[in-house]
Amino acid sequence: MDLLEYQGKQYFARYGVPVSDGEAADDVETAVAAAERIGYPVVVKAQVRVGGRGKAGGVRLANTTEEARAAAEAILGLDIKGHVVRRVWVEHATDIAKEYYASFTLDRTAKSHLCMLSARGGVDIEQVADESPEAIARLEVDPLDGIDADAARRLAQQAGIDAEAIDGVASVLVSLYRCYEEGDADLVEINPLVLTTDGRVHALDAKVTLDDSAAFRHPDWDVWRDLDALEPRERLAREKGLQYVGLDGTVGIIANGAGLAMSTCDVVKQVGGEPANFLDIGGGANAEVMASALEVITTDEKVRAIFVNVFGGITRGEEVAKGIVQALERVHIDAPIVVRLDGTNAEQGRAILAEYGSQQLVSSPTMLDAARRASELAAQRA
Amino acid sequence: MSIFVDENTKVVIQGLSPTSQGCYHGLRNRAYGTQVVAGTNPRRGGEVIEGIPVYSTVAEAVAETGANASFITVPPAGAPAAILEAAEAGIPFVVCITEFIPAHDEARVFAALRRNFPRTRLLGPNCPGIISPGKANIGITAGEIALAGGPVGLVSRSGTVFYQALYELTQKGIGQTTGVGIGGDPVPGTGFVDCLAAFQADPETKAVIMIGEIGGTEEERAARFIAEQMDKPVVTYIAGVTAPPGRKMGHAGAIVSGTSGTAAAKMAALAEAGALVAQNPTEAGELMADVVAGL
Repeated sequence: MDLLEYQGKQYFARYGVPVSDGEAADDVETAVAAAERIGYPVVVKAQVRVGGRGKAGGVRLANTTEEARAAAEAILGLDIKGHVVRRVWVEHATDIAKEYYASFTLDRTAKSHLCMLSARGGVDIEQVADESPEAIARLEVDPLDGIDADAARRLAQQAGIDAEAIDGVASVLVSLYRCYEEGDADLVEINPLVLTTDGRVHALDAKVTLDDSAAFRHPDWDVWRDLDALEPRERLAREKGLQYVGLDGTVGIIANGAGLAMSTCDVVKQVGGEPANFLDIGGGANAEVMASALEVITTDEKVRAIFVNVFGGITRGEEVAKGIVQALERVHIDAPIVVRLDGTNAEQGRAILAEYGSQQLVSSPTMLDAARRASELAAQRA
Repeated sequence: MSIFVDENTKVVIQGLSPTSQGCYHGLRNRAYGTQVVAGTNPRRGGEVIEGIPVYSTVAEAVAETGANASFITVPPAGAPAAILEAAEAGIPFVVCITEFIPAHDEARVFAALRRNFPRTRLLGPNCPGIISPGKANIGITAGEIALAGGPVGLVSRSGTVFYQALYELTQKGIGQTTGVGIGGDPVPGTGFVDCLAAFQADPETKAVIMIGEIGGTEEERAARFIAEQMDKPVVTYIAGVTAPPGRKMGHAGAIVSGTSGTAAAKMAALAEAGALVAQNPTEAGELMADVVAGL
């Protein structure tokens, strides 16, 4: 789960990473009232899950009530790379002396955590990494050891952080690592991490990605779960525990496992069809999950044919078949359903479908053949 | 021969109870011919479930039965401790199929194995397991989709594409030495390179199929290994050729990997390394059939 900037800052604050006080607002009047309380100058910042907000006009400085109103009016409703701004964050403006960059993430290759720190923050850090990789100091952090203040201080020196900011930056790194590790984040990133004109080190932005698998031990994350941000079908899928991504085509796809779901999209495209979606029912799906998957797909009017591609392992063929039958009895489905079933208990599954005997069901022996049938049926019904 | 597991592998199922996933799949594994010698459950020590003796701890199970592999299906909150318990008991090969273990737990477990138990190999988590056809099957793979006798080794990140690729080979009458599903989690205990190295060293494996997917850089590392250290032919398929680019927050990940993790980048790296690159699992099977015919 990606947090909005202000949520990330709230998360940082819990672990002692210094951030500015501020308030979130969903309308102009609330934003202006927040600015009045906080005291000018303030910065009004668009809260969207996408980079490049500044360039898109989503971050504005305001010195007066009028300017705060103008800023909130301009930003709320703004479309930034397809994300419409529905919330702003108002915080006291910071006098910046220097801008740095700091992050922790997993280095999958080293199977360790990686801290990256640079004295060149406030700019596109990927560009810095491309053009002058030496400007980014890296430290591998063993998950069993973590990072202590001495190691953090050495890294800050290595990164060329200004002398007066070394201790502050080191302290931020130690707190930020706690946020990353105890907070079960996949990524914590501060760009810019600033040195203020009065000598404090302070996070001016926050990018936090939380590990959804760890949600079971963080009930407090629920308040940040923003299902409204999803399109209705993705939201329905999420509520049913399905991984769904909408695409533009006409062949609805249901598969078990992300790899097979991707592979199914690949094959449909290769035989001339266009996938309408990616839908993974996950491992060990039962009949109910399968039925929900068909229900989700059926709400997509673009879908002309459905391709159910299941290779049973932990998922059992008879459950998949029962789910298809359940869905057909529960909801109205126009599109023909091409079913390819192999693996664990596939024969039982195929028998259940044969016995149900619906004209709408087309059984297909191989993945490639099923992809062709589904694509042809979709084309015929276009 | 085969890699990692064979007819001498003796499996202990951790967290065994009559209704557990471990019991369901463990019995299927046993029916396949795998030596399932023990189960563990702190509350059921002394019981016998479906003919499988249950011990309170893995250490006891090892002492009593000589178990040398473990199978873990317990839920995410308990799986990390189960993996470490197996390692502490001296189990050299641990298969963990548990899905949704938090990434930080995986990182800590892997770091602990690396530092304190270097002789234990973890397969998974979030993987389908491993099958050496005709000898041993640990995990959730349906045994009948595999064919004994070699000469092909198979390694896959995705579970279901692993089944698909095994099945494509089997339908063509091409046997497998071992199929390994390494899983797609952030910190897999066993990676592509580990499996490629083992297949390269196994005299009965004459060719290898590697199934990757989009994201990460493991396929690129595998490509380097293939170019530098393998003389056996390798056929590859990367799932997600047509996937739309994902939306990523933050930049640290992209800087670490140095590539976008796209299928195109991975396929180019593998082709450059001399691997045959298929567009889908069926084509991978066809390419391998040609390779095997030419052996």
